[in-house]
Amino acid sequence: MNYTFQYGVVWDNFGALMEGAWLTLQLGVFAFGGGLLIGLICASIKTYGPLPLRILVDSYVVFITNTPALIQIYFLYFGLPELGVRWSNEACVLIGLVLNAGAYLTMILRAGFLSVRKNEIEAGLTMGFSVVQQIRYIIVPHIAKSVYPALANFFIVVLVMGTSVGALIGVDELTGQAINLSSINYRWLEYFSVVAVLYVALTFVASIGLALLGRWAFRVKVRIF
Amino acid sequence: MDRIIEQIPRFFTADNMVLLLQSAGLTLAMTLVGCVIGFVLALVLVFLRQTPGKWAIPLRIICVTYVEVFRRIPFLVVIYLVLFFIQTVATNASLFTIAVISICIYAIAYTAEIIRGGLESVPTTQMEAARAMNFGRLRTMLTITLPQAWPIIIPPAIAFAVSFIKDTALVSQIGVFELTFRGKELNNQGYSGVLVFGTIALCYFLMSFPLSMLGQYLEKRLATPRGQRTSRKIRRT
Amino acid sequence: MPHLAVNELRARYGALDVLKGVSFSIEKGQVVALVGPSGSGKSTVLRTLVGLTPATGGNVMINDDRIDFASTASLRRARDQIAIVFQQYNLFQNMRIIDNVTVAPTKIKKRPKAEVRADAERLLAMVGLADKLQAFPDQLSGGQQQRVAIARALALHPEILLLDEVTSALDPELVNEVLDSIRQLAEDGMTMVLVSHEMAFVREIADQVVFMDGGVVVEHGPPAQLFDNPKTDRARNFFGKILRH
Repeated sequence: MNYTFQYGVVWDNFGALMEGAWLTLQLGVFAFGGGLLIGLICASIKTYGPLPLRILVDSYVVFITNTPALIQIYFLYFGLPELGVRWSNEACVLIGLVLNAGAYLTMILRAGFLSVRKNEIEAGLTMGFSVVQQIRYIIVPHIAKSVYPALANFFIVVLVMGTSVGALIGVDELTGQAINLSSINYRWLEYFSVVAVLYVALTFVASIGLALLGRWAFRVKVRIF
Repeated sequence: MDRIIEQIPRFFTADNMVLLLQSAGLTLAMTLVGCVIGFVLALVLVFLRQTPGKWAIPLRIICVTYVEVFRRIPFLVVIYLVLFFIQTVATNASLFTIAVISICIYAIAYTAEIIRGGLESVPTTQMEAARAMNFGRLRTMLTITLPQAWPIIIPPAIAFAVSFIKDTALVSQIGVFELTFRGKELNNQGYSGVLVFGTIALCYFLMSFPLSMLGQYLEKRLATPRGQRTSRKIRRT
Repeated sequence: MPHLAVNELRARYGALDVLKGVSFSIEKGQVVALVGPSGSGKSTVLRTLVGLTPATGGNVMINDDRIDFASTASLRRARDQIAIVFQQYNLFQNMRIIDNVTVAPTKIKKRPKAEVRADAERLLAMVGLADKLQAFPDQLSGGQQQRVAIARALALHPEILLLDEVTSALDPELVNEVLDSIRQLAEDGMTMVLVSHEMAFVREIADQVVFMDGGVVVEHGPPAQLFDNPKTDRARNFFGKILRH
């Protein structure tokens, strides 16, 4: 192999990569946040809602989790304009990721809801807790404890696997920036190896942050590695 | 909307369906080959990672780093790295090969964790009994721990492979004629995006959903203790 | 020349010294019982002899062969001649009873399959399990599993057999079936080192009793002497407590 690596050009454009990383982080946080909201609503419906709504939620979850996020985003980006809905590429990626994450988070949270056992609630009642106190002191901590590691893990999945899909419809997040920059001067291996390192660094920072948050807010121990 | 309905008979032609079927086949083949090879290599990785002794510390660090790093890099970035790396060392490698290698690299990182978890679920006393009888490490893994860990390993490994069918959509970017690439091509030919990507989504669903059901069935079946699974029960005395 | 001589054996778990130089020896065909309070290191002696707990010092002589625990080859030789039966039986859960017994002789010792199979069937018949060859371990009772474990150890044709509290995990009514198998072995002249809390059994079967406390041998001698006339306070204390009830 007589390829000479030239990283100089990558350092010249490092600022652009950092902008990409910033967009990646924003996309990840908003996609996860939106998905969490959908997940909470859908998981509550699945646990406490009426049958027709439960069926609706089930179909949503099954369909989304069995099709690629990329196709869902392509559908929004290439398909919806035909029906008169025209969103920017960033909006398509964000909405697509929120819908996608929402389905997976519904499954995760549902498992958490199921983990609260009836007798625990009964134990709370016999100890004279009010309903609000029970939610505050028993149910929420319990669900948080059982679900938080899975949530933290899924955030990393959204941050990495999720947001990078945006590159394919021209969103300039980290992977997108790498594609843009390297198609100018063909230093693909250099750009992508640096981007890989940036992803590892970004997710490590995120993992550490989530572990600290989990310990501080829910007293949950989350492994970083 | 009218345009979509008008296109339906032109889109669902035998030719187009055969094309889609071929692409779906390619998607499945890619995933299967990549994940199977990845799984076998992951077994090797886990074995190396468990090498005892001081001299093996660098080896263990490499194994841990591999798993950690590739779980934190987007699949798309891995695809690009493999594509351009392979092209500098072997210019005539096919795109299919490049796709399979990318899938493999990713599958190793994920299934290695599944395998490790499975092996760690086997009580250490089983390993001790083997060691006391002079079993080597490899033989212990192949004849004692792995057979006992299969019920723990296989369901999540299948779930991973099934879920990876969807992620292979990203290799469309380097021009492998798989399902998503075919979809983009049809869309470029002027077919409605709603129609094309709706159909493609359905194709993925038809592959992913039954297979994930199969995975769940296997998980339940493997979770049943052997005593209740075999038809001729031997009574406890 | 003793069949097995343990010299100044040392071992530690982390920072804790579990064995602080243990020595004893045993003649061919004899039975030695290691007794003592829990945490005294008796089981660690057995585990160290087969290399499950790394030794930090000392050595072992089997016949004339010096086993040095720092060397892997030497350790393999020790395992070749010593077989161990565990408290929790540790049968391979994925194998049928017959395979549990034959796997090591065929795969590790490379003895002919037919010969090993016949040998295994004989041994399983000896421990009274001739009808369970095709069962899986989880289909047997604890006592049956422990007898399979004994057959599995014997199938290795060991010079010396180690028995690590083989009856303590069993329900009381199952203890005797296992003790019977061990009695049979003693009559056949098998050299054995056993750790046991069954003092009546120890008294009956052991030629020599080694009393351990705090990782050292405090006193040793024939069972009658140790049980009835211990020289040290610690031994007197221990046996006094145990034998009174």
